[in-house]
Amino acid sequence: MTNETMIGITDVEKHYGSFRALGPVSAEIAAGEFFSLLGPSGCGKTTLLRLIGGFDDPTSGAIMISGMSMAGLPPNKRPTNMVFQSYAIFPHLNVAENVAYGLKRMRLGREEESRRVDAALAQVELTGLGPRMGDQLSGGQRQRVALARALVMRPKVLLLDEPLSALDKKLREQMQVELRHLQRQIGITFVLVTHDQYEALGMSDRIAVMFAGRIAQIASPREIYQNPASRQVADFLGGMNFMTCRDFRTQGAEYSALLPGLGTIAGKLDNGRGIDPDNATIGIRPERLRIVWDGETADPKIVGKVIDRHYYGEITNLLVSIEGQENPVSVVETNDFGADDIPVGSSITLTHDRDAFVVMEG
Amino acid sequence: MRRSAIARNLLAFYVTVYVAILYFPVLLLPVFSFNSSATPKLPLTGFSFKWYESLATNSTMHSAAWNSLIVGISAAVLSTILGICAARAMTRYRFRGKGIATGLIMAPLVLPEIIIAISLLVVLLGLGLELSLMTVILGHLLICVPYSITVLVSGFEGFDPNMEAASRDLGETAWGTLTRITLPMLMPSIISSLLVTFTISLDEFILAFFLSGTEPTLPVYIWGQLRFAAKLPNVLALGSIMIAASLVMLTAAEIIRRRAEKKMGTGRQAEAQ
Amino acid sequence: MKFQGTLGDTHQDGKAGGQGRTAPPTIQAALRTETGKGWLTISPPLLYAFLLLIGPILVIFANSFWTQDYLTIDRTFTLANYKAALSEPIYRDLLLRSLQVSVSVSIVTVVLAFPVAWFVSFRGGRYKGLWLFIITVPFWSGYLLRILSWKVILGYNGVINTGLLHLGIISEPLDTLLYNTTAVIITLAHSWAAFAILPLFVSLEKIDRTLLEAAADLGDGPVRRFMRITLPLAMPGIIAALMIVMIPTVGDYVTPKLVGGKDGVMIANAIQVQFGKAANWPLGAALAVSTMVIVAVVSGAMVLLLLGFRRLMK
Repeated sequence: MTNETMIGITDVEKHYGSFRALGPVSAEIAAGEFFSLLGPSGCGKTTLLRLIGGFDDPTSGAIMISGMSMAGLPPNKRPTNMVFQSYAIFPHLNVAENVAYGLKRMRLGREEESRRVDAALAQVELTGLGPRMGDQLSGGQRQRVALARALVMRPKVLLLDEPLSALDKKLREQMQVELRHLQRQIGITFVLVTHDQYEALGMSDRIAVMFAGRIAQIASPREIYQNPASRQVADFLGGMNFMTCRDFRTQGAEYSALLPGLGTIAGKLDNGRGIDPDNATIGIRPERLRIVWDGETADPKIVGKVIDRHYYGEITNLLVSIEGQENPVSVVETNDFGADDIPVGSSITLTHDRDAFVVMEG
Repeated sequence: MRRSAIARNLLAFYVTVYVAILYFPVLLLPVFSFNSSATPKLPLTGFSFKWYESLATNSTMHSAAWNSLIVGISAAVLSTILGICAARAMTRYRFRGKGIATGLIMAPLVLPEIIIAISLLVVLLGLGLELSLMTVILGHLLICVPYSITVLVSGFEGFDPNMEAASRDLGETAWGTLTRITLPMLMPSIISSLLVTFTISLDEFILAFFLSGTEPTLPVYIWGQLRFAAKLPNVLALGSIMIAASLVMLTAAEIIRRRAEKKMGTGRQAEAQ
Repeated sequence: MKFQGTLGDTHQDGKAGGQGRTAPPTIQAALRTETGKGWLTISPPLLYAFLLLIGPILVIFANSFWTQDYLTIDRTFTLANYKAALSEPIYRDLLLRSLQVSVSVSIVTVVLAFPVAWFVSFRGGRYKGLWLFIITVPFWSGYLLRILSWKVILGYNGVINTGLLHLGIISEPLDTLLYNTTAVIITLAHSWAAFAILPLFVSLEKIDRTLLEAAADLGDGPVRRFMRITLPLAMPGIIAALMIVMIPTVGDYVTPKLVGGKDGVMIANAIQVQFGKAANWPLGAALAVSTMVIVAVVSGAMVLLLLGFRRLMK
């Protein structure tokens, strides 16, 4: 991946009548990057994708692709191609004709055209499926045809609107791996819209998390998971225990806080993101809380009581109430030590690493 | 349980009788058109082709049929073009005032035809236009467009708007998208609309009666013949041919529409998963 | 990888920021919005409706306030036509009869059609589409011929009379079948059956079947379920069906002419005379406008009545 900017989004807003569906948002997406727009439905992620693709015009703001302003350019004049959520495979054309659809306008000559179509079909492992009609394909095949049809245009940017949401779980996981692999291999910029956190975490170089038309955080998957900028982001990506906290102080890049039942904690504010002490929350991911088994030594030691237990096969989720904390904390433990055997109602001792806590807005 | 079974059978019986009565008058005409008697009454007197044979040499009827054909084809083509515009706007765009615009276009469906007829008559004569087949076509367009829209709206709803977006995305122009994607995908609905609107125009009487001047269409011709009791069997024969033609066209339209729906249906099912 | 966050402004240079920030207020830009595209697309049929429907109706409306003297039209405002239309017994009777016929036809049609619509919607299964097609086909073929056929059926020497005579059930033809209001009502109710079934069917289709299961679960039998769930929820369809039959039939011309006889004449026949032989356009226009206004008022009253009835059902 180079550091050259492929897509520049500056103060983009989209209004429908008096309703602001998006913005203002700004972001820069690097060339060769796998960039995901992640958020709940209605957060504006698809709107933003459609603005990049030229299917809608921004109410205000500018979108640049590869250094050129996209203002007023229709989709057919942009160096982007889209894989639609519904795939939009033309049912009256066969697979090869679908893939060749955009090439037809380039007048490449029959040989070059069919060479490219074959190459594209091979790329998505559909070799030989060319004569099949568009309305006789399985979900997975449709997805691959949509991908081939877009890639054959050799776009600078591939836009993917929830491309995996129509597939069943197994196929979806397989396609996640394949998509990531394909992107590395071709090296062009992918912009993916998804509401599935695991999809975004597993495939992306960077993720923009969106709520209510705004970008809440842009960062790498690890950064977003381990260091969410706000309570909302933390809550959307996986579980997070939000702690009852007293006496939160900051000094420079350091903070300290008193968590009733857990004692005083202190640490660094990450990334130099400033935080307003009056609008801060401290949290810990469930898997960062560990059970202290009999005979183990640990520091610190937190005493609690198991009030509920959920079994998930390879892991167990325990709900533990801690004196002084308003809400019980959730603890995720793998089952190889017998977390699935701990009876509800029993006392339990927990511990955590010193740097396991996260300070967030909200 | 037994009571509900009786109720169910009663309802099925009622529906059967209802449909039978619906068809009775329509099928009665062909029956009498093959009857040898000059008056349509029971019992039937014998099978005969003679009323059809005399139609074959009736030149006034032939010119009326020709007029109907011209009016029907023009009305079908033009109303389908207008219908495509309206149906597209109705299914693809959200805009303020859409309800009112749609209401105005669909209004002829629920207005008494005599009101439409006299309004048009007054205006066309006021503009100094001669009554002709042209004026009949203008009138028929008003009542054909709403039916065309009804058929085409379901056609537009049957395919994913992203198909058009995908075509633009792959570099095709707006015009290219229309000819390579929209029209081919709409083709079954378009044919269906042409057949339905042609049938309606062929069948329409009131507007044609007020607006046709000296060139009658078939229904206007029939109306004129009704004054002569002796011509009744000929009218029945002609009417039977028209009903048969309508039936064939409507059935064709329905089959085309359904086949397309089934085809699209498989595509949409996969999407829905 | 770099962190840009929401601080993308760094990239800003005047040239890029200016373009596309706000679309310039040109016609072209307006047409690129969804509203613009929508209006542009719908404009051909809308323009047509304006020129050949709305315009002419307004002209008729204007005409109704003028007077005609042979071939010249006097454009001074007068209410004389309305006075004639509403007070002269002949027109008043025709208006009332047309109204009575159209109201009767709409009620008869909807009452008879409702069980059929219910049957297709609830018992049609896979064949709903086929049922609807079968029911609508007679409606689409032969308006004039259908009425003619009823004349043949109901006439003095018609199918019913000759049939019954032949079977020996009656000894001489019944003369009460044709040329009266009943014949008009029968013929119109038959003509408009399909038009009534479609809106009824649509409203019945929209009823979520689990609502009926819920009502059964809460102790309602089939009759109560029908009265408390199906009927109130089908009310929009019932209202639509009544209107869609009543409004066009009030101005029917052919049916009264062919099967109505002297007692079955309706207002459309009078309107036609004014635009034809009598050549008094303004009076014809006033009759047409009066008919539309009256039928609109009656429709409105009917809607209110039915909505009140629905409230009572709860």
